[in-house]
Amino acid sequence: MSTRMRVSVFLVLVSGIATVTAWYALDQYRSVRAARDRDPQVSQMPQAQPISGPRVVFRHTGLDNRYGLVAMVALGDPTGPRSFTDVPCDRVAAGDSGASCLVAHAGVVTRFEAQELGPDWQVERTYPLPGVPSRTRVSPDGTRVATTSFVTGHSYMSVGFSTATEVRETGGGQSWGNLEEFALVLDEKRVEPVDRNVWGVTFRDDRRFYATVSTGGRTWLVEGDLEDRTLTSVGEDGECPSLSPDGTRLAFKVDVEPGDGREWSLAVLDLDTGRRTDLGDGPRGVDDQVAWLDDDTLLYGLPRAGQPGVSDVWSLPVRSGAEPDLFIEEAWSPTVVRPAAPS
Amino acid sequence: MYLSLRDRPSSAQPAQHGSEVSPPRRAGRVVVTLGMVSLLTDISSESVAAILPLYLTAVVGLSAVAYGLIDGLYQGVSALVRLASGWFADRTDRPKWVAFAGYGLSAVARVFLLFASGAASISAVVAADRIGKGIRTAPRDSMISSATPTEHLGRAFGVHRMLDTIGAALGPLIAFGILVLIPDGFSVVLAVSLAFAVVGVALLGLLAPDQRAQPRPEDGAAPDPFRWSDLGNPRLRPLLLLAGGLALLTVGDGFVYLALLDRGGFAATWFPMLFVGTNIAYLVLAVPVGRLADRVGRARVLVAGHLVLAAAYVCASVPNSTWVATLGTVALLGAFYAATDGVIAALAGRLVPVRARTSGIAAAQTVVALSRMASSFGFGVLWFALGPSAALLLVAGLLLAAVLVAATQLGRLGLDRVVA
Repeated sequence: MSTRMRVSVFLVLVSGIATVTAWYALDQYRSVRAARDRDPQVSQMPQAQPISGPRVVFRHTGLDNRYGLVAMVALGDPTGPRSFTDVPCDRVAAGDSGASCLVAHAGVVTRFEAQELGPDWQVERTYPLPGVPSRTRVSPDGTRVATTSFVTGHSYMSVGFSTATEVRETGGGQSWGNLEEFALVLDEKRVEPVDRNVWGVTFRDDRRFYATVSTGGRTWLVEGDLEDRTLTSVGEDGECPSLSPDGTRLAFKVDVEPGDGREWSLAVLDLDTGRRTDLGDGPRGVDDQVAWLDDDTLLYGLPRAGQPGVSDVWSLPVRSGAEPDLFIEEAWSPTVVRPAAPS
Repeated sequence: MYLSLRDRPSSAQPAQHGSEVSPPRRAGRVVVTLGMVSLLTDISSESVAAILPLYLTAVVGLSAVAYGLIDGLYQGVSALVRLASGWFADRTDRPKWVAFAGYGLSAVARVFLLFASGAASISAVVAADRIGKGIRTAPRDSMISSATPTEHLGRAFGVHRMLDTIGAALGPLIAFGILVLIPDGFSVVLAVSLAFAVVGVALLGLLAPDQRAQPRPEDGAAPDPFRWSDLGNPRLRPLLLLAGGLALLTVGDGFVYLALLDRGGFAATWFPMLFVGTNIAYLVLAVPVGRLADRVGRARVLVAGHLVLAAAYVCASVPNSTWVATLGTVALLGAFYAATDGVIAALAGRLVPVRARTSGIAAAQTVVALSRMASSFGFGVLWFALGPSAALLLVAGLLLAAVLVAATQLGRLGLDRVVA
């Protein structure tokens, strides 16, 4: 080919690619706009009134004008009408007295934020996060909040991966800082590995909690203590624990295809006996920190295949071989809130 | 852009290696074409890299942890691929088409990214992209080396790295620009990234000259084949030793940024801007520092670059960090990359016989990459033992000592003799 010919071929190719890409972008723009102007297809409460009784709080993921907003349904009627707040969150965890919300503001400089929300869903405090939101939990008494974000960066010849998990007192109180700095005891030995990462906190009370520690390509379930600043292993091969309402068991993710592929399933550990129940046949590919619906049932989010951005919340009885059921459609990041009986 | 490269001859040196020197116009064309290819490809890869964590967690619904852990595993693979592709490019003396295969693989990976949706498939795509990068880097640098007269080599690499870094800086801007216009338009970002990758590959395939290391003889006789012993060349060895040794005292940028964050000099919100800032400093300094290397000697600039790095570490550990210290750290890191990244390739390409040029460049880049991985690991230990500031100061001290030793040995090593 002559040079002139090559230049022509190149120019034709560039204009062809530019046209196709621009057409695709425009098409996506139109369909996203159309979807975002639509009302939700699930039933809504007539007035935007928060539900005050037992409820499930979650992120609504329907592709409509309420996409990404925190919503709630009555615990007794999960498929019933949902009540929307006007707070957008990527991850949300709620208590009776408020909620923790992690959110990314995409922009030329994307900002990541942890927000403390009051009982009326107003933002009371914000804290900057060093990376992409991953997990958040509120302690049972509402006085502690844990946030996990994913610190990432790229530049020439360096790949960074790290989680940053912090615990803070609500209402602007003290912070215990990054849990990586807590003393780490694995298998009864004090260790100081370099490559440790901590994520996925679940609280027992305002002092003790459980979380995941990874080091050397392995993961551990640890019990943490805010006052002693320690993390002590209670199990191996598990991520993102969640403590049952009666405080006796931990539910967590297990990597059932270690090595190249990663495929998660769920398991439950009895903290007194150390007995571990695999729920392997049911949910495959679960990548969420589960929540307990009650002492016998787990809740978790699962992305909907073929519909990017949409996910559903499923429920699963805690026994091996159980089948999951669709619990709340178009939802993610569920928390069950049971207000204390008025005294 | 093209015009600015063809500035007046700075020191009016007559060409000394008569037979090796290509006409300046052609040299400029190879560098600028390859620079534009890198610019387009970097827009493509950095636009995806910038949104990937967000895409995985917000849209695909994976924990970023799943992706991050897998991502780290492929670093070693990339180093091996780099050596193999260097050897193959020398063996066949077709660096352009080996580089083409690398760019092509990365472009194909982007097609699959549009359809990948699980942790495993996405990490496979990321791995393919990394392998593509491992394949293309050394042959591309060897083309730049072959197309440029020795006395302008530093500047040529500076120009290439500047274009490359402009792409790296534009990528995230384009990606987030799209996300602002189209809420959650991640698939549009992936499509645009694919488009840039394909145009980059087409530009290389159609318009880049088929630059060979060895001029093809008129009678069609095969040029000297590459031999592994070329890499044991006594002139390459000191470079590998020097660059590898200094790289052992280089900690990952990520650590430096986290140390700054730890000192509380800025809000976590600004964390991503540190990467952007370092890139900007690098792209501004790449050409001037490359020219400086041409004038005063490349090995000297390489060693001095590590002095700048030591200064960056000191700057990052100043107590009560201020904005000034933060900006200073970022600027010094950019200067360090300007003084080392292209300069190592420029040096390595000249220290081995022409027939082993790509392998020589690949070997030097691999040694540096592996040493930096090892050092980052070691630095992690220091971080936990001493805390970020003390650890950085300790490395800065060791680096200063190493630079002093290297500086006194430079004359004996004879690395810059090729230049004169």
